[in-house]
Amino acid sequence: MVSFCLQISVPSEHREKEFAMEHGSATDSSSSTFSLMDEDHTLANSVRYTLNQDPRVIFCGYSIPHPSENKVNIRVQTTGDPAKDVLKDGFQNLMVMCQHVRSTFGKAVDDFRANESPERMKIDTP
Amino acid sequence: MSSKVSALDMPDVPMGQLPEHLHLQRTRVVCKADAPVHTEGIQYSGAYASIGVDNSVGVDSFCKSFKVKVVRLTKEEIEFDMIGIDASLANAFRRILIAEVPTMAIEKVLMVNNTSVVADEVLAHRLGLIPLNADPRLFEYLSENDAPNERNTIVYKLDVSCKKGSPRVTVKSDQLKWLPHGSELQMDSHDISSKAKSYTSFSCIQDSLPEFSKKPLGVKFDDIIIAKLGPGQAIELEAHAVKGIGKMHAKWSPVATAWYRMLPEIALLKEVTGADAEKLVKKCPVNVFDIEDIGNAGGKKAVVANPRTCTLCRECIRGVNEELVELRRVKDHFIFTIESTGALSPEELFIEAVKILEDKCDRVISELS
Repeated sequence: MVSFCLQISVPSEHREKEFAMEHGSATDSSSSTFSLMDEDHTLANSVRYTLNQDPRVIFCGYSIPHPSENKVNIRVQTTGDPAKDVLKDGFQNLMVMCQHVRSTFGKAVDDFRANESPERMKIDTP
Repeated sequence: MSSKVSALDMPDVPMGQLPEHLHLQRTRVVCKADAPVHTEGIQYSGAYASIGVDNSVGVDSFCKSFKVKVVRLTKEEIEFDMIGIDASLANAFRRILIAEVPTMAIEKVLMVNNTSVVADEVLAHRLGLIPLNADPRLFEYLSENDAPNERNTIVYKLDVSCKKGSPRVTVKSDQLKWLPHGSELQMDSHDISSKAKSYTSFSCIQDSLPEFSKKPLGVKFDDIIIAKLGPGQAIELEAHAVKGIGKMHAKWSPVATAWYRMLPEIALLKEVTGADAEKLVKKCPVNVFDIEDIGNAGGKKAVVANPRTCTLCRECIRGVNEELVELRRVKDHFIFTIESTGALSPEELFIEAVKILEDKCDRVISELS
């Protein structure tokens, strides 16, 4: 199998090293390993969760090759769709979930304040 | 143990729904006397494909089932329940809160004079840990090549002394004075002809900016002891605060701590009555169980009254009780607590943390396309 290493981002002037890289095969796009720089369990474990929820994913896992290197490798194997697209969808889903968490949380805090203030007034006024 | 039953006599496993024991394994951690079991999350969408159960959670179904309920909210602290979310996401929020939500903290200390018993580096470290009352969202990061300006630096001054013959002086955080004009110290310059430069280059006075004019950039707590001065000792210094994140140094962490626990669930496997019930209620140090009267015969039975207070001490399942009581945790119900150090309110902190995770996703998506 011919393997290749595709640099996804063109290094800009401001950034010395690229942030995301795909290590895959030239003939089979359905399985690839992605290297993300400056990321850790926070993002990798979350996206592993969203990817595992996707029925197109056969396997997904991540590893941090060395603890002193700020880098994670995410392995994605799919039923046929390009791994890169599936990974992008995984991040997209994660983002939508986050937005929902944020709005739900905001509403819950507002509800709590609305319910609490009348009770407080009762205590304040004898 | 039950007696052996032929497999042919057993009822069929219903297709399309999980049998009870698998459902329990999927949704609960069972805390046995020696160790918990079924602690892993079953994430793979095809985990139960062989019995016709779809384990995938689409974004739509997540949005439908996800719930948040605030339990307690004060200026410093929030406790809320997150229901219907996986541990990986709850943990991501916790990690971001501790290590990646920015705050302002003192980073550089210019010592003019320090004759106190506290060594320069210890004093500088203590100053760094003082929570500042500054909204980090109004500031920019100070990168290596930037000059410190009104948008990325806050300057404080501490000038205290104890006169000879007077009693000892306690230096507290309220003696740190904010300098909205920037640094008052002049840089050493070998070139005599050039104009003396200060350590910061503010283009305007900080408190003339609308966002700072109403709310001065002081310290959050006035009564933090910085040092104690004996007669004749003095401290004179200038402290420069910058924006940073907890990953670099814990002084930038916006939370005292942030943590979550799974909701405890206590199941009584058999009815516990009479003296056994009394014993069980007495055994629990946090009063999870309560006694309920049954009928009018004066019978008593134990019920689970406050499962939330359970600390998992396992006192109730020690010895003979393991077949009476089962301690469980609900895998997708998190009791999340955030203690803020004061720069942002705890509810704002959580929203900032979720935003940071969104930004991370956004960054990868744009890099991948």
